[in-house]
Amino acid sequence: MLLLEAVIVSVIAASTPLLLAASGELIVERAGVLNLGVEGMMIMGAACGFAGAYLTGSILIGALCGIAAGAAMSAIFATLTLGLAVNQVATGLALTILGVGLSGLIGAGFVGQKIVPAAHLYLPVLTDLPFVGRILFGQDAFVYMSIALIIAIRLFLFRTRLGLVLRAVGDNHASAYALGYPVLRIRLCAVLFGGACAGLGGAYLPLAYTPFFVSEMTAGRGWIALALVVFASWRPGRLFGGAYLFGAVTILQLHTQALGLDIPSQLMSSLPYLATVVVLVLISRTRGAAGSAAPACLGLVFVPDR
Amino acid sequence: MRLMLEPRAERSALIAVAAPLIAIALSLVTAVILFAVMGKNPIVALDVYFVAPLTDPYSLGEIAVKATPLVMVAVGLSLCYVANIWNIGAEGQFLAGAVAGSWIAVSTNGSGAGHWVLPAMLLLGALGGALYALIPAICKVRFGASEILTSLMLVYVANLGLDYLVRGPWRDPHGLNFPMTADFDPVATVPTLFDGSRVHAGSIAALVVVMLAAVFLGRTIMGFEIRLVGAAPRAARFSGFNAERLVLFTFAISGALAGLAGIVEVAGPVGHLQPGISPGYGFTAIIVAFLGRLNPVGILIAGLFLALTFIGGEGAQIAMKVPLDLTKVFQGILLFYVLACDSLIVHRIRFVGMTRKPAHAAP
Repeated sequence: MLLLEAVIVSVIAASTPLLLAASGELIVERAGVLNLGVEGMMIMGAACGFAGAYLTGSILIGALCGIAAGAAMSAIFATLTLGLAVNQVATGLALTILGVGLSGLIGAGFVGQKIVPAAHLYLPVLTDLPFVGRILFGQDAFVYMSIALIIAIRLFLFRTRLGLVLRAVGDNHASAYALGYPVLRIRLCAVLFGGACAGLGGAYLPLAYTPFFVSEMTAGRGWIALALVVFASWRPGRLFGGAYLFGAVTILQLHTQALGLDIPSQLMSSLPYLATVVVLVLISRTRGAAGSAAPACLGLVFVPDR
Repeated sequence: MRLMLEPRAERSALIAVAAPLIAIALSLVTAVILFAVMGKNPIVALDVYFVAPLTDPYSLGEIAVKATPLVMVAVGLSLCYVANIWNIGAEGQFLAGAVAGSWIAVSTNGSGAGHWVLPAMLLLGALGGALYALIPAICKVRFGASEILTSLMLVYVANLGLDYLVRGPWRDPHGLNFPMTADFDPVATVPTLFDGSRVHAGSIAALVVVMLAAVFLGRTIMGFEIRLVGAAPRAARFSGFNAERLVLFTFAISGALAGLAGIVEVAGPVGHLQPGISPGYGFTAIIVAFLGRLNPVGILIAGLFLALTFIGGEGAQIAMKVPLDLTKVFQGILLFYVLACDSLIVHRIRFVGMTRKPAHAAP
């Protein structure tokens, strides 16, 4: 029981950064923009988040720095893809390359430093409940926030007028524009929101997951978040499940090592990446006949005529 | 008044030529600001980065050594990108080629094998890279899985696979427990061209690759098909070109070139297999491909320029205590400017008044 509890707690911790980053990207892609720079925005969120928390001693300020860094990175992306109608795939790649370099530069002075990680919730009696106590009532603020965020996104997309407009922009930008909706401005907001979420997801790593910063510590989580959005067929509910599934795969490798199984550690470490490939194949295959669930204008450049 | 983007009636030939140069100039300006912010003298920094490596023969040779894999990989990638096919896992294919080719070097090590070893390694390296690249290609044509994500995921897998081999079965028993294979035999090594320099025969191979690619893209049906699919996918479909075959073909070619670059790097300048044989060649090659405007000759020039930033970055790290990550930042900024300038070839920016109906008008 205790082991299972520990496993579940660690799965939640591993899933949270994926869920945060993927939630933001879900909104971005629903608005018809493919931002492949999630990895770059996450690692910048990690570096700036750690720097902010280390310098001020406040996890909250660290998280805000991470959010700001992610949003600032996504603003560069928006300038190019929305303002200058540049190819989104290439720009997203550039954003990742820049983010990895810039975070190394910013984080260089902080490598080897430690902070006090984000506090975990403690409610008397509730947190002390056997088994469920720590899982339900003993997490840090990021975890609760990631869950609130995905619920809010679900309500926003399918229960509000603005959510409907956002989906319309993603599915048919020309019609949405003809109806008078400011396509580029809506997309700009979506991209900035996605950047902020990716920054927060990145900041989670040094602020709560491991209380220190190392360069390239996101280790491909941004790309896995992108795959998660595809896996979830662009639906918030499935995204939630997918993020926890992938978190579980990440944790699996740690626990098989603890069990002393004679499997090369590198094979276990590559599991999340192999799982992503397999899942993408399975999802794409089953969907093949019914047509893609992707927003129809995903990745397409939109240049308004006057 | 506000800025608006509108399509040009015709591509601007002037800007098409000037775009990469404008991008480089803007990047240099940004670099100057960055140096100033970091408290370094920008003039000295620019000299260390971009001028000093050009002034001594050894550094010039090092530029050629670094440019060799960049150009080879980027030429392959450009074939994909021209056709709007997104192989971004060249780094993994580079490593896969290095591992596949090294297999012969490791298993013949010290056995006195003949001169067939190096050609066999090169062949196997290219084959390994091609097969590794075909995984995402097949996932795409058979199942419709996004090649962007699958090809990138396989980079991490290749890194871990290489790590396993050099720490486990292939580790040099006399290597003081360092994670590397034994040094390759002379018959398994790419020969150098000059004494006192690390420039090797692979650089000539890269030049040949550039020439072959130029002929292939400009003068063959398949090359035409690649360009047509990229420029006008609908027209290509109506004229009966097989898009799936093209995905497999471009992935295989780009993977083979990346794999070849990988084994040449291992059997040339490095001399044995170890983790970290690539300082991100596969990713920098993406920048090279775009900076070279997806044109083989342009890629050659762009490859030399980005090699200069690697060498300059190493020099700056030693001379000015600047972190090596600054090179990556510079390369990332450069790619942004390249993409932005490319947009101006097909678009122009205009000032317009606020004549359009209010944006929030009810539908």
